[in-house]
Amino acid sequence: MADTFEIRDLHVSIEEKPILKGVNLVVRKGEVHALMGPNGSGKSTLANAILGHPKYTVTSGKILMKGEDVLEMETDERARKGLFLAFQYPCEVPGVRQSNFLRLACNARLGREMDVTDFYSKLEEKMKVLDIDEKFMKRYLNEGFSGGEKKRNEILQMMMLEPEFAVMDETDSGLDIDALKVVSRGVNELRGPGLGILIITHYERILRYINPDFVHILVDGKIVKSGGPDLAAHLEEHGYDWIIKDGEPAPVPAKG
Amino acid sequence: MSAASPDQVLPGAYKEGFHDDLKTVHNVPKGPTHAVIDYVCDVKGEPDWMRQFRHRSLDIFLKQDLPAWMPGLRDIDYDAITYYMSPVNKSANKWEDVPEEIRRTYDKLGIAKEEQKLLGGLGAQIDSEMAYHNIQDSLSKKGVIFLSCDEGMKQYPDIFKEHFAKSIPPEDNKFAALNSAFWSGGSFVYIPKGVKCDIPLSVYFRINAEQFGQFERTLIVCDDDSFCHYVEGCSAPVYTTHSLHAAVVEIFVKDHARCRYTTIQNWSTDVYNLVTKRAFLYKNAIMEWVDGNLGSKRTVKYPSCYMVGEGAHGEILSLASADKGMWQDAGAKLVFYAPNCTGRINSKSISGHGGRASYRGLVQVNEEARNCRVQVNCDALILDPVSRSDTYPVMEIDGNLATVEHEASVSNVSEEQLFYLMSRGIKKEDAVSMIVNGFIEPIVKELPMEFAVEINRLINLQMEGSVG
Ligand SMILES: Nc1ncnc2c1ncn2[C@@H]1O[C@H](COP(=O)(O)OP(=O)(O)OP(=O)(O)O)[C@@H](O)[C@H]1O
Ligand SMILES: [Mg+2]
Repeated sequence: MADTFEIRDLHVSIEEKPILKGVNLVVRKGEVHALMGPNGSGKSTLANAILGHPKYTVTSGKILMKGEDVLEMETDERARKGLFLAFQYPCEVPGVRQSNFLRLACNARLGREMDVTDFYSKLEEKMKVLDIDEKFMKRYLNEGFSGGEKKRNEILQMMMLEPEFAVMDETDSGLDIDALKVVSRGVNELRGPGLGILIITHYERILRYINPDFVHILVDGKIVKSGGPDLAAHLEEHGYDWIIKDGEPAPVPAKG
Repeated sequence: MSAASPDQVLPGAYKEGFHDDLKTVHNVPKGPTHAVIDYVCDVKGEPDWMRQFRHRSLDIFLKQDLPAWMPGLRDIDYDAITYYMSPVNKSANKWEDVPEEIRRTYDKLGIAKEEQKLLGGLGAQIDSEMAYHNIQDSLSKKGVIFLSCDEGMKQYPDIFKEHFAKSIPPEDNKFAALNSAFWSGGSFVYIPKGVKCDIPLSVYFRINAEQFGQFERTLIVCDDDSFCHYVEGCSAPVYTTHSLHAAVVEIFVKDHARCRYTTIQNWSTDVYNLVTKRAFLYKNAIMEWVDGNLGSKRTVKYPSCYMVGEGAHGEILSLASADKGMWQDAGAKLVFYAPNCTGRINSKSISGHGGRASYRGLVQVNEEARNCRVQVNCDALILDPVSRSDTYPVMEIDGNLATVEHEASVSNVSEEQLFYLMSRGIKKEDAVSMIVNGFIEPIVKELPMEFAVEINRLINLQMEGSVG
């Protein structure tokens, strides 16, 4: 219990339209789960519902973090308790300096004022891992960042905030090969017994750098299939048609 | 009677809203009359030409209508207002010589004596007169003049007469006429050729009286190649009646000179703030207006740059925050009369709790002003559905070679931005204040440090609880 993040029969609607139709998922600390599925199947909906985006209405079901009812909490409280979302489309906040924002967020997560020197030395270290130039800290939050820079910035925030459970929504989309390696390096550095991760992705590519323990497939608001890493490889080759049609995997072709 | 302490009468968050019971040295019957003008001229011992000028201006005021586009001012009762009133009869140049009860008022407002040390000069006006005016020796040795406008007229009649009412004649508008009739106080600044006055000259305007009209008049002349930064702040008590603040500020920036004029206007919501501010820019001159409007019942103010010399650059940064009971009609004017000039307007407004912010801008490029470039940005942030923002940009382009860029935006505190910040553990009210402070950051970063801090504080207070 103390080490699990659990989603029970979750139903979520957007503007009265049901999107998630009974999702069940358990992520334990130390585990990496991948969530795959066709466009529009509800992956981002799940991610946003986990953090409590006001547009997404949970109509039934439960989300529990270490046994605590997440749905009872405001978004900021969820984050302070250790939930994190790396956004598919991180938004820009003009005029808010990166460094100020990060410091406020770190203080919030810690529940106290972080020592300024500690903060900056930690920041410098993480930026090095992610190959982020120092001058980004003087810039405004995500403003004018390229798609890839925004994604890297999400991982930087994740490394600074040290969550216990993190959802990464298509962090790999739009990254070039080098950036993908850098981002994976960051995630792998964080990976460990204190962190459970749910990676949402369309590509097996990132899973080669961050090996998942489990792979789940979401179709039309439901997890229709779960398995090991080989499921991702299989999807890469055959797409989703076989699942949507009959729920049975096509025979895995013999190697050679 | 003892002076009220700020805590006793402090209404809400507006900490400047107290008033003190001050004995008045001068007090005249209410109403804008020729008799009041004669009283003022006699008391001040003014030359005849000024007496005539005042009388003529009053006639203009009484005849002139309000412009049709200037709504919301019809209910001003001019006869209920006192046009000259003063608790002091002379301006001191040592802080110790300022009457003690007035010093107490300024202490409460934080215009403590210490602040002078950071400044090139400090002036403090209460009601109609300057109670204090002083300049650092280092600057006066270089020939910098920093006096009350009345003293400027007496001591430097030539410079004064050459410029006074030359950029803003009484005919300009009804409130310029009113100011011209009853002007009193304000600053007279002269920066000699080549002198860079790199520490700010600062003046604080305080209205203490009730149903009163403050008409300060400021005249700044920056001679060739000089520089000066003039900073003004203001406040007034909270009454249930209305006061009027109708200032006129004229600036002349001569060849290659640069002037920056920073205002933080924080009148109580009883004050009609109707100000005409204009700068004439000569060859290669630079003028920067940094105009922050945070208070008043109604502000009507459009700092202007008139480019009369080739290669001049005029810039207006305008920030308006309209809270409950306020209507900020702020904006800017750029008028081009000479070739190769550039101008920029950057306006940001915030409205919340039912406040209303309007941007009114004029860009006028006359035919002889070839090859001019203008950039206008105006952004509005509306915090809740009961608040309002409007934009009235006017472009009059005669020259055929002007480049004009205009960008405008209206936004709300977006749900996505709030969610993003909150998803990092930041509380909602902190997230809102981050977004709002971020919105005004491009202007706030141009302000002197202590003003920037004060602006952020005031705006955070105003916004409290305004995003649902
Ligand atoms: N704000 C919204 N308003 C209306 N419909 C929405 C909104 N957000 C998502 N939807 C709809 O909900 C469904 C699920 O969207 P979601 O973003 O969760 O898909 P996804 O699996 O993340 O897709 P992708 O792989 O393209 O990112 C889609 O049909 C989408 O159009
Ligand atoms: Mg998605």
